[in-house]
Amino acid sequence: MADRARDGHAVEHVDVAVLGGGNAGLCAALAARRAGASVLVLEGAPKEFRGGNSRHTRNLRTMHDAPTDLLVDAYTEEEFVTDLMRVTAGRTDEALARRVVRDSAECPAWIRSFGARLQPPLKGTLHLDRTNVFFLGGGKALMNSYYAAAERMGIRVRYDAQVIGIELVDGAIRKISVREPTESVTVAAKAFVLAAGGFESNLEWLKEIWGAAADNFIVRGTPYNTGMVLKLMLAGGAQPVGDATQFHAVAIDGRAPKFDGGIVTRLDCISLGIVVNKHAARFYDEGEDFWPKRYAIWGRLVAQQPDQIAYAIVDAKSAGLFMPSVFPPMSASTIADLARQFGLEPHTLEGTVAEFNRAVAVGTFNHAVLDDCRTSGLNPDKTHWARKLDTPPFWGYPLRPGITFTYLGLKVDERARVLMSNGEPTSNVFAAGEIMAGNILGQGYVAGVGMTIGTVFGRIAGAEAGALAVA
Amino acid sequence: MLSPEALARGQHVMTVCNACRYCEAYCPVFQAMENRTSFAKGDVLYLANLCHNCGECLYACQYAPPHEFGINVPRALAEVRLASYEEYCWPSFMAGMFRRSGVALSFGLSAVAMLVLWTFVQPSGARGDFYAVVSHDVMVGTFGVVGSLIVLSMTIGFARALNSSVVSTFRWTAIRDVLTLRHLHATGEDCTSDLEARTPWRRYFHHCTFYGFALCMASTTVAAIYHTFLGWRAPYAYASLPVALGSIGGIGLVVGPVGLLAQYRRRDVQLKDSAQRGLDMSFILMLLMTSVTGLLLLVLRGTAVMPSLLVVHLGFVLGFFVTMPYGKFVHGIYRTAALLKFASEAP
Repeated sequence: MADRARDGHAVEHVDVAVLGGGNAGLCAALAARRAGASVLVLEGAPKEFRGGNSRHTRNLRTMHDAPTDLLVDAYTEEEFVTDLMRVTAGRTDEALARRVVRDSAECPAWIRSFGARLQPPLKGTLHLDRTNVFFLGGGKALMNSYYAAAERMGIRVRYDAQVIGIELVDGAIRKISVREPTESVTVAAKAFVLAAGGFESNLEWLKEIWGAAADNFIVRGTPYNTGMVLKLMLAGGAQPVGDATQFHAVAIDGRAPKFDGGIVTRLDCISLGIVVNKHAARFYDEGEDFWPKRYAIWGRLVAQQPDQIAYAIVDAKSAGLFMPSVFPPMSASTIADLARQFGLEPHTLEGTVAEFNRAVAVGTFNHAVLDDCRTSGLNPDKTHWARKLDTPPFWGYPLRPGITFTYLGLKVDERARVLMSNGEPTSNVFAAGEIMAGNILGQGYVAGVGMTIGTVFGRIAGAEAGALAVA
Repeated sequence: MLSPEALARGQHVMTVCNACRYCEAYCPVFQAMENRTSFAKGDVLYLANLCHNCGECLYACQYAPPHEFGINVPRALAEVRLASYEEYCWPSFMAGMFRRSGVALSFGLSAVAMLVLWTFVQPSGARGDFYAVVSHDVMVGTFGVVGSLIVLSMTIGFARALNSSVVSTFRWTAIRDVLTLRHLHATGEDCTSDLEARTPWRRYFHHCTFYGFALCMASTTVAAIYHTFLGWRAPYAYASLPVALGSIGGIGLVVGPVGLLAQYRRRDVQLKDSAQRGLDMSFILMLLMTSVTGLLLLVLRGTAVMPSLLVVHLGFVLGFFVTMPYGKFVHGIYRTAALLKFASEAP
């Protein structure tokens, strides 16, 4: 229902307004609609890029006590909670974490109830067939199914809709201001669900924290996570959660586009060779642990190097041992030539490789186990899978920190209500997804849990908002 | 022939897809892709012939246009697939026919065939007896020569399509997949066929067309056996086997192409390779003209228009046959080769 204010400005009235059109936002919208409310989704991206970071996802972590049609064995509540405790080093709200874990069991059925399809993994590189269900076609296909269901159910969606103002008074949002390419709209709703993600694509905000280094960060996902809703809420007195200075990052191919490069910019060869910085020096144990477990630390490691760049080097022995990258490797028949392609000092890199090769002890190479191929006497040593770089062609990839998400969010309670800084819950404001994931993920990450948090809290927030609006 | 640009586009999309693999459960294109780390020309031609041009992977793709990677697998592979028909074609100098194989050429060839056949028409034909109009010897001679040439040509094309990588193991599953169009619904639901809707109609209409065609060929074969070995002369009764097969097949061959034509018009333009339009249209229309004139011939075989109608029908059949190795018909040959290869690659 739309009308015009006295100044000709459009005003939209709706039961539930959902700010953000990713997984959490759509789950909230669908749940609110099922509760009988009229729903309007405000998606900041144009239709082609709708879905936030969910369009880059692939799977969702879900507990189950017995094998299902998609998952083997069991992944119990306790094991899931233990995994969360481990990766966050205890920086989690255990009550909320348990709620996510318990409700995760219902997520596959929820997803399928909207016509979205799940698949058994075929031969995914991470082998998550016990803990994670995979979306057939990936996260964008899931979002397409949700949007199609939303349309069937009469949920309205406004694309290109940037929230620029939130009127938060006495613990309630009265209305919000939305800017679209051709007009500005005020949305007045009985309840609001905030599902607008983090601020990882807001380069100015990143610079406030990281200074000039932020110029060298690559944002792996959507360019539309500007953090505007988060910022407006914090300015309005909502209680923050999570470390404002931290983000989750992985080391990705330095040739990736600034935004939206997603999964294909990933590099899986780090544990097979060596990694050097711009001074052609090694700086961390490349063979510390299995690659999936170490995947997430290299973003930070590279971010801490001068100019936030590093170079991964493997030789021909590693061909075929890692997933092909979307960018062809830089290839050379000598280390010196590879150094020149990188813009590194050739003699220094030759020295680093020679020193590494001398330190390699002969072992039995086996990439499937923590093998006995290691160096000795280096600082730092490479503790597994260390083999001499001696077989041309040598391949190299530039590495940059690729930011996945930020940890700063809004504090919520078990009903997804946003809390004010005095600890009191807001009366009509709910949050779901990355904007509140910091309640559960104080640090770290475990594959597929972002989609679990978004789905579980999207449903809670939507059901609460819907019930409030139709009461 | 496959242009360097089309090959490069095919290689680009497969390189991006192979680093992503989110679509791996959709169809054999992605499973075959994962068995490779680089994509030579023969690989791209093979992958292109595994693709049904359905659209699932385009709609699911986070890198689809307007993303700067611009990934559109169905379109890129459609371009390669069209070129593959020329690459596999025998004799090679006929490859250009694919580019010229439009509606006008097909109808023109049919018209020429009608004119030639007309010179063989015997004016005092008995009612309902086709051989009294065009003699059995002329029919067998014409169709025998044309048929042998197209079988030879398509056999060599099939061998060329297989040869880009050797099929080591024959598996019957490949034949099943060909005959059931399995990979248009192998995920348990039909693939998208018009825009983002999942409906079985494209598959149903294709089955009507394919099996309609097969029944018509069966009808002709049975009639030939009746004539040659049993001495049973046409015209055959409505309840006879040749007429039953031909009637059912002919109806399938009307319903199928009309449905496919409707599907084609509704298809998402993002998926279509506009360069292939002439090839698609001429194929569908020639099938339709063959079946419509055939059914008319059956109904009107006792009337005075029969001799003219017979010439028109045979003209369309001949025109269709002549263009078979150089028209859209070969898509089935090359997809069969690709699926045989795919089945032999399976673990």
